[in-house]
Amino acid sequence: MIWCAAVLPNTNTNSMNRWFSCFLFNIVTPAHIVRLYDRFEALDKEKTGHLRPQDFGAINRLAMNPIGDRIIGAFFSPGQETVDFHSFVRILAHFRPADKKRPKDPSMPEPVNSRTSKLKFAFQLYDQDKDGKISRAELLQVLRSMLEMQVTEEQLESIADRTIQEADLDKDDAISFEEFRKSLEKVNIDHKMSIRFLR
Amino acid sequence: MACRTCLWLLGTTFFTCTVRLVVEGTEVGATQESISGIQIVTFKWHHVEAPYLIALWILVAGVSKMVVELNHSLTSVIPESALLIIIGWILGGIIYGADKMQTFTLTPTVFFFYLLPQVILDAGYFMPNKLFFSNMGAILVYAVIGTCWNAATVGLGLWGCWLGGAMGDIDIGLLQFLLFGSLIAAVDPVAVIAVFEEVHVNEVLFIMVFGESLLNDGVTVVLFNVFDAFVSLGGAEIDAVEIIKGIISFFVVAFGGSLVGIIFALLISLLTRCTKNIQIIEPGFIFILGYLSYLTAEMLSLSAILSIVFCGICCQKYINANMDERSVTTVRYVMKVLANGSETIIFVFLGISAIDPAVWVWNTGFILLTLLFIFVFRFIGVFLLTWILNKYRLVPLEFIDQVVMSYGGLRGAVAYGLVAMLDENKFKEKNLMVSTTLIVVYFTVMLQGITMKPLVTWLKVKRAAVTELTLAEKIQNRTFDHMLVAIEDISGQIGHNYMRDKWHNFEERWLCWFLMKPSARKSRDYIFNIFHQLNLKDAMSYVKEGERRGSLAFVRNETKADVDFNKKFRASFSEIMPDIMADNMGPDHEAEKGNDIVPSVCLDMHEQDLTMRESEDFNAHHLLQQHLYRGRKQHRHRYSRSHLETNRDENEVQEIFQRTMRSRLESFKSAKMGVAPAKKIQTKHQKKDKPQKVRGEGTFSPFLHVRPHSHPLIGNVMCMLCNVYVMLCHF
Repeated sequence: MIWCAAVLPNTNTNSMNRWFSCFLFNIVTPAHIVRLYDRFEALDKEKTGHLRPQDFGAINRLAMNPIGDRIIGAFFSPGQETVDFHSFVRILAHFRPADKKRPKDPSMPEPVNSRTSKLKFAFQLYDQDKDGKISRAELLQVLRSMLEMQVTEEQLESIADRTIQEADLDKDDAISFEEFRKSLEKVNIDHKMSIRFLR
Repeated sequence: MACRTCLWLLGTTFFTCTVRLVVEGTEVGATQESISGIQIVTFKWHHVEAPYLIALWILVAGVSKMVVELNHSLTSVIPESALLIIIGWILGGIIYGADKMQTFTLTPTVFFFYLLPQVILDAGYFMPNKLFFSNMGAILVYAVIGTCWNAATVGLGLWGCWLGGAMGDIDIGLLQFLLFGSLIAAVDPVAVIAVFEEVHVNEVLFIMVFGESLLNDGVTVVLFNVFDAFVSLGGAEIDAVEIIKGIISFFVVAFGGSLVGIIFALLISLLTRCTKNIQIIEPGFIFILGYLSYLTAEMLSLSAILSIVFCGICCQKYINANMDERSVTTVRYVMKVLANGSETIIFVFLGISAIDPAVWVWNTGFILLTLLFIFVFRFIGVFLLTWILNKYRLVPLEFIDQVVMSYGGLRGAVAYGLVAMLDENKFKEKNLMVSTTLIVVYFTVMLQGITMKPLVTWLKVKRAAVTELTLAEKIQNRTFDHMLVAIEDISGQIGHNYMRDKWHNFEERWLCWFLMKPSARKSRDYIFNIFHQLNLKDAMSYVKEGERRGSLAFVRNETKADVDFNKKFRASFSEIMPDIMADNMGPDHEAEKGNDIVPSVCLDMHEQDLTMRESEDFNAHHLLQQHLYRGRKQHRHRYSRSHLETNRDENEVQEIFQRTMRSRLESFKSAKMGVAPAKKIQTKHQKKDKPQKVRGEGTFSPFLHVRPHSHPLIGNVMCMLCNVYVMLCHF
């Protein structure tokens, strides 16, 4: 950990404590952190120690991703305009394969790469206004961005309606986190939301 | 309908006539003797015999393919290769009936020197490099260890059974069994492609089987030569030294062959760099040098297939960049023609060669045991190796993948060619081996080829019936795919990062400088590629609109905005921009409307959706199926022997890119409207553009490089548009 502090000059003690909590749950190893720091520096062209949306925008391939801009937005906490290295790592740590052997201890906070946390991350992609529910309008927005241009508005609305109908159990015309989780209980989230280098 | 039957009749009569002519032709001509006067017209058959026969056979093969393709419903059930073999049988029967002996067979010389190289060159040239190299580890495991396992088990198994007396009395020994095992063990690339044309599998699975079939030649050649030498030496001479030499020869053959291929790839790239003035014969070089690489490796007793594969793999990128667009198209098309033609001829002759009673020796035990062993041991080998590999893979190979891989291990003409090369004096039972090989080839190509699709459907349906996805799950699955791709891009890491980065750096600095034309290097720029595909009209309208609103005031606008330079633009741009198949755009392939329920094997299952209960439900599912953006992971790579279509996924990418840019532009406009507009942005840009702007030379930005002598208007448009882009990036 001290070695990490030497390598990463911009950290202060507060974030060091948070590092510690990361290590405690063994989510991101020192090797990962060094690699991610290289990437962070490569993105941070003006060497401010923070990333702004336009730094993400410079990644060409993201422009070819229908939800690329949403993902960029997910890195920034509401109200914040910059992302520091700790938050960067924290978001990426969501995509680590979950540790199946971890004992389920209710007193400890949920690690960032558990199934619930991953689902929360996915939920927040939809729920832009952070009210805890995916409204019809929000769902329409996501669908709009993921479907080809030739799909008409009525078709879009019918898909959105049916989706809400299927998932909405308490009939409030919106999908809460619990309903979201329930609708995806058969999906192997761990498999779907893990990327290779974070193994 | 009438047209079809006419073609059928025409086809069949053509065959018979051709064959008759050929056969009779070999008898005529012996009667030419003394001249008794001036002959106005003479029949000089012997004069043209050899080339005439060759041309005629090529024609016959082509017509057979035409006949086979007449009925599409037939070809979707029985793979084309099987039908060609059947036609070969018919033709062989005709010839045998006429001649009482088989005058035309597939000789090893013709096969290995004239028919196989173009097939393999085609495979190497169209190989999806990124996919190939990122799965190289697994492919090598299957190719090397898998083939050795197959060879050893089949050889030893047969030997054991022979000792046990299951085969009766044949004059054969352990070494000969091992040799036979090694030549029958190799999966054949020609057969694999032919069958996988019908069964669409996911790209990873495809590359595994395909890559294995190409790379195992290194092993097969070594084993074949080693055991051949051992048989010549006799059992007594074999000691540890010889075995060690055998192992060393494996490494030498494999790496040596690849090295020869790479050297020739370098030669080709260098050559195409200098052929600006002879563009019309540029394509010829590729084929000649490819063929030379094959022959050179053969001459040095290295693996010729590996050589030509690596030649194709390594030179693709550079020749596509260096050559003129038309030359590139020519090369691609001719490559396909040659490969397709060769494959057709190979299968027809495989059929014909069977109709030769001189070759047939039937030994029930041997044949049945061989079939059994190759089948069973293939399954065991694949499952074992996959179990080991899955421990090191994030995305494990699933059960259905393994089944397809085992079942898809087809043997083909290469095995036949090798067995025909055996010396009869050393191998007393050569005919038995030839017969067995033929039966194995027919079994795998025909039976396994025909049953592959139903097997997969059955397995898939079993799995699909269990999980019927809801709309939410479907949408979410796709979201996950896009999410993963985005996160991979952000974190900048996919797999073996360090090595890949190192290689990319090396390649960018040295190889591209050495092997590519300077103009090609510039236009390879990634952004420029996107720009080339971005609909120019849209880009112009962004700028126009922005100018009207005033937020793009900083853009230097020396031309009137309403000049129509679309046409001119495109025309002169097509010179600067060859159609480069850059890595990031991926090789050409047709996006199949695949079912994303089960990721691995796809057989156009959306007919299943028709069983949905409510029509509304069906509509929604169907809409999702058809119109969800596919995302990079889903772009199915379909290497096809017969299709050469442009990438439809590019439209999707273009559409997404336009939408993203549009939405960014809009939020940029709405964010910046009325808030210290032009000044701040202007200074930023002036600072940025100063070092790069060199007036008169034509390089206007770090992103866009333009040839110096381009149209002046274009220069300004480029300037405007690059500023748009730079601005968008600084949003």
